[in-house]
Amino acid sequence: MIDLDALTKAFAGSPRPAVDRLTLSIPAGEVCVLIGPSGCGKTTTMRMINRMIEPDAGTIRVEGRNILHSDPVELRRSIGYVIQQVGLFPHWSIADNIATVPRLLGWEPTRTGARVDELLSLVGMEPAQYRQRFPRELSGGQKQRVGVARALAADPPVMLMDEPFGALDPITRTRLQAEFLRILRGLRKTIVFVTHDIDEAIKMGDRIAIMRDGRLVQYDTPEAILARPADAFVDEFVGSDRALKRLALIPAADVASAGASAGEPSARVPADASARDALSAMLATGVDSVTLIDENGAAHGTITLAAMRVRLTARGDGSAIEPHPLSNT
Amino acid sequence: MMFIEAWDYLAGHQAQFLAALWRHVALSASALAIAAAIAVPLGVRLADKGGSALVAINAANIGRTLPSLAVLALVMPIMGTGFAPSLFALTLLALPPILINTHTAIRQVDPDIVDAARGMGMTALEIVRKVELPIALPVIFAGIRTAAVQVVSGAVLAAYIGGGGLGDFITAGIAMMALPQLLVGAIPATLLSLGTDAFFGWIQRALTPSGLRAP
Repeated sequence: MIDLDALTKAFAGSPRPAVDRLTLSIPAGEVCVLIGPSGCGKTTTMRMINRMIEPDAGTIRVEGRNILHSDPVELRRSIGYVIQQVGLFPHWSIADNIATVPRLLGWEPTRTGARVDELLSLVGMEPAQYRQRFPRELSGGQKQRVGVARALAADPPVMLMDEPFGALDPITRTRLQAEFLRILRGLRKTIVFVTHDIDEAIKMGDRIAIMRDGRLVQYDTPEAILARPADAFVDEFVGSDRALKRLALIPAADVASAGASAGEPSARVPADASARDALSAMLATGVDSVTLIDENGAAHGTITLAAMRVRLTARGDGSAIEPHPLSNT
Repeated sequence: MMFIEAWDYLAGHQAQFLAALWRHVALSASALAIAAAIAVPLGVRLADKGGSALVAINAANIGRTLPSLAVLALVMPIMGTGFAPSLFALTLLALPPILINTHTAIRQVDPDIVDAARGMGMTALEIVRKVELPIALPVIFAGIRTAAVQVVSGAVLAAYIGGGGLGDFITAGIAMMALPQLLVGAIPATLLSLGTDAFFGWIQRALTPSGLRAP
């Protein structure tokens, strides 16, 4: 649990505060993505949580403790830290890199060694093969795997991740996003994740905090932000394809009605496809409904264009949403 | 012919030669050790400072251009002659290359690596000891190597201000136009310089962390 209250930071020589009275509460075990254009204060906010930057005003509580009253070095050892450029120590082996925080904390060597192997396996790297390698021998994706393993070493409850996949090629990025999402969800860490990529935010975040000029513009689940952007800025920021992005978040099975489609033959998609995949199949084959097929090839239900439209335009309680006026800023 | 005479001279003055050689090495090694003990910590400290570092580094750069003999000559009116003023002058000579290389090497450590170290909870001292110094070590040692060669060569001139060493044979040889005596100083001094360079080159390679060596 991380609570930011009226957090403010101004840098000398800048006309406005980098972070301006930001209040934000991140529930334990959730991934909160901070996003916004360059200079919106997202990285500054993140770096105040482990006191790499000292706030001018406001409070930060991590699990109820006011961290501005704790020793910064101790604090940082209890918070995982991952940056875009990874920052592995080039003169240390992979094992030594991962062992950084356990050694700072004075763990027994046998405990540290076991933990290193456990983490290498967790991030999908064979311990025997990689333990004694050096960072320069790894690819970009492997470096960031080690970067994440290193941040997880002392099992911190909170992780700060500053554009961890920003420097990777698109294919590696997509693969690592999926993999780390699985790993981090399994570990139930509270994560503050900074990115400028809205697709990454939607994919990784339980909640997204959209920032602009040091202020919080909207803070909600990805689905809610896509459905109801708070203002024209958010609307533009999430992109004109926000309806499609929402469909990507909705499992096709959630919109499907039971039984195979009656009458005309329809396209087929796997049962675990998203509503967006189903729509794509409809557009590709020129029909208005698709059948969901499970692994055995049996029909699992039918999803129609009309059902999708209803889902996108209805609130949870069934009432229709007003389209927000673009003039509202 | 001349070399045989030089050999004979050496055979006849063995004790004197060994004393001079020892003096030369002791003078150079002491100057180098003192200079390193001052310049390495100073270079590390200056690396995270802006203006004051610039002044010190520029001063060091100017110091680097001074001829060795001029430095020795400048020390003499203040400190007189003998071992101490020679040591002082040679230490001054050794400072600039070590200071400049240390400063540059520490500044060249990737800021992301330092950021990661700090973000994981290393103290300022731990960052210097565990991260910055080991990564900077090869470049720092390149500076020490330059300084060592400069000091060993410069120590030849210490004879002019009564510092002793192999230079004694050379100055005496010149004064008396005694070529064999001159060679007994000059040849070992040359070999000592070459040996110093090779020795420090070897240390420099040995100290490069394997993660930083070219693949």
